[in-house]
Amino acid sequence: MTSQLEIAEVSKAFGGVQAVTRVSLDVERGEILSVIGPNGAGKTTLLNMISGFYHPDSGRIALDGAEITHVKPSQVAALGVARTFQNIALFRGMTVLENLMLGRHVRMKSGVLSSFVYWGLAQKEEVEHRKRVEDIIDFLRIQDLRRLPTGSLAYGLQKRVELGRALALEPKILLLDEPMGGCNHEEKEDMARFILDVNQEWGTTIILIEHDMGVVMDISDRVAVLDMGQKIAQGTPDEVRANPQVIKAYLGDAKGATNGGRRG
Amino acid sequence: MEADVADRTTLPRLLLCNAREFADRPAIREKDRGIWQSWTWRQYHDQVRDFALGLAALGFRRGDRLSIIGDNRPRLYAAQLAAQALGGVSVAVYQDSIAKELAYVWNHAEVSMIVAEDQEQVDKILALRAELPALRVVIYDDPRGLTGYRHDWLRSYSEVQETGRKFGTTSSGYFEAEIDKGKADDVAVICYTSGTTGHPKGAMITHANAIGVAEIFCREAHVKPEDTSLAYLPMAWAGDAVYTLFASLVAGFCANCPESPETVQRDLRELGPTTVLAPPRIWENMLTAIQVRANDATPLKRHTFNLFRSAAERAEILRSEGKAVPPALRLVTALGEFFVYGPVRDQLGLRKAKWALTGGAPLGPDTFRFFRSIGVNLKQVYGSTETSGLVSLQPDTEANPTSAGRPVPGMEVKIADRGEVLVRGCSIFKGYFKNEEATREVIDPDGWFHTGDAGFIDPRGHLVIIDRAKDVGALADGTPFAPQFIENKLKFSPYIREAVAFGNEKPFVAAMIAIDLGTMGNWAERRGLAYTSYMDLSQKAEVRELIAGEIRKGNETLPDATKVRRFLLLTKDLEADDAEMTRTRKVRRRFVAEKYAAVLDAFYRGAREVELTTTITYEDGRQASIQSRVHIEDVERAPVHV
Repeated sequence: MTSQLEIAEVSKAFGGVQAVTRVSLDVERGEILSVIGPNGAGKTTLLNMISGFYHPDSGRIALDGAEITHVKPSQVAALGVARTFQNIALFRGMTVLENLMLGRHVRMKSGVLSSFVYWGLAQKEEVEHRKRVEDIIDFLRIQDLRRLPTGSLAYGLQKRVELGRALALEPKILLLDEPMGGCNHEEKEDMARFILDVNQEWGTTIILIEHDMGVVMDISDRVAVLDMGQKIAQGTPDEVRANPQVIKAYLGDAKGATNGGRRG
Repeated sequence: MEADVADRTTLPRLLLCNAREFADRPAIREKDRGIWQSWTWRQYHDQVRDFALGLAALGFRRGDRLSIIGDNRPRLYAAQLAAQALGGVSVAVYQDSIAKELAYVWNHAEVSMIVAEDQEQVDKILALRAELPALRVVIYDDPRGLTGYRHDWLRSYSEVQETGRKFGTTSSGYFEAEIDKGKADDVAVICYTSGTTGHPKGAMITHANAIGVAEIFCREAHVKPEDTSLAYLPMAWAGDAVYTLFASLVAGFCANCPESPETVQRDLRELGPTTVLAPPRIWENMLTAIQVRANDATPLKRHTFNLFRSAAERAEILRSEGKAVPPALRLVTALGEFFVYGPVRDQLGLRKAKWALTGGAPLGPDTFRFFRSIGVNLKQVYGSTETSGLVSLQPDTEANPTSAGRPVPGMEVKIADRGEVLVRGCSIFKGYFKNEEATREVIDPDGWFHTGDAGFIDPRGHLVIIDRAKDVGALADGTPFAPQFIENKLKFSPYIREAVAFGNEKPFVAAMIAIDLGTMGNWAERRGLAYTSYMDLSQKAEVRELIAGEIRKGNETLPDATKVRRFLLLTKDLEADDAEMTRTRKVRRRFVAEKYAAVLDAFYRGAREVELTTTITYEDGRQASIQSRVHIEDVERAPVHV
């Protein structure tokens, strides 16, 4: 059986900067895979190529055996790939509930006309979507925030709502770009718990970019390490931790040419 | 075989009665997925029956103890009734207890089964599993996050009910037969009291106690089947057991469980219950919230609010003194009802409340008067775990902020030497579980329960509580000294969250104060006073000055000899996790005196500063200590040196 997501030899350059160079990665169904690496290693670019935000210059990406290398982001989303962003991307003036309902957008079938009429199909659909969104609200324990504008929430809670918005899509694969960035210890623990629960309860495959090594090593099934746009290691957390190349990328070589990746 | 329907001697029998009599009326509700979902009395009965049969199939026998841990949820209430239907005892524990306390209670009660709300609680049990030899089965309500757990002793609530349904088909009549074996004198619940000294003690409350007290309460407070209540107070607290579990069975009214602890205020407003029970802290928080919102409103609204508020308070003072309210003032308050009081009550979820009760601790007279003035029928109630939660209650026409109300019919109250309040009646508990000695200490051969509270009966016949009897001492010059009485005067300030007064065998009274971070932080922000943490804020000169003023205000109502002369501001709040308070927020006086011995010494040595080492216990039991130098302040005159 093929992997759920196959990334084969993808490269991406921005002008003269080679962001990702011939990276290959197979993601198995139902696993939590973390992508780590110093700042500027190309992690977010890789995520952007999976979600169709960027298209690779070369190489191919396949989801369930079907190629999605040049598919538009909205279509990738419709195929079941949801993501969160490093910098929170929510509608700040809208309530938590509205943001989550928007997350259901690609799953809504009724068109503009029937929505105008509202009764019938559109109403039935709305009720079903709301039910699903309420499940997510319950799951993420944000019942008290339902009617609040997202802009007024604490940072850690906004991160949680963003995860909820991605979950509203009912994704097969969830791409999380630094879901714990800027969070305090408690918020990190909550988020780690939610990620594990999503993975367990719904069998969602998770690709995670995260700088907190404690969390990464704790919750990942596998870890892939990028440095300067290239994959330098891959394996279980223990294997990666012991890999001399990884240690070098993170701590710099003997000359002391560290590269600012000391946050792990 | 059917149990005798007219028999109302045990809680499970009441459930059978209600399932027949009230059948399709709502029994208990919970807000889930944003919608209020009800169980009718018949459904409630079926839920309890299936679960009870499941427990039986798992080997739960008469006299066994079942514990519940979690927020208020219908399934947890049903689990308690299921255990009782099988002749078992329910032991609810505080969901925010630390591991050590939980292990003590579960071991002491020899709990064989625990029903836990969710993963968070299951994880706590998992961590303690090796220390709990009597525990055989753990059942969880919310399966979220638990699918990956593989333990043969762990089961889901639905799974147990499914087992129960199968068991029911092979042994029909089992449930009813077990209920039939129940006797009024059987223990229904064990409530562990978070005593201010030593280990918690398990107070055994029988079915007769439970039903007796609930019947008196429902009669005195005019509770009807049409009433509604919000069940949001900890299930381990005797008050919730009496009110939500016992009284709802006795009267047949509908209890409502909030969606989550964070949504209580909103759920309260949505529901508009007809009966409201809340400790003083909640009333104070509501008043603070109203004041903050009034201050943030537009000038017109703010003036309108303040105008009608002061009119209402003037009228309330006249009414409480038994004087007539002049027609002009009556007209103003009638207008106020339309423009201000009604809408405010509506915002707070108190619009439909026919009465509201406060108990457990004294409520500030200003707060008390405010709620009464805007038309909330707020009254005080007094009781303790050992008296099944009820001794005295204020009648509608005699509400006041100082007394604990009139002893309810069926309860005898007398004052012993040294001022201790003694109580006798049907609601006095059976004794402490596995602790005959402690039981003999509090229940004398004549059946009087020694409450440990010092108090007196006032000329109207109301009981007035001053303090814990054992805490009442005397200053060096012999002046009687009741620390809690003084602390309560101080705590009426919105800026003071906790206070501990010292003075026994000392020349004067001194107090340690924990500021209220919410209101004090708000005050600091409005003044542009920057601070980083609780510790930082508590040591600001401006803050110390403000508190000194608040203490002076409190002192005005105290006799000269027992005025607070010196105080210091603690660098952290008093916490149950640090064993400084009980879970119901009562100060563990002896422990605190030992822990802060250096402060006591400094108070009476006349020192201006003291080195304070605070040890903090985190929820997982880890400890950390913080060192700081703390100022000691003098209030009014310089202290009298000896």
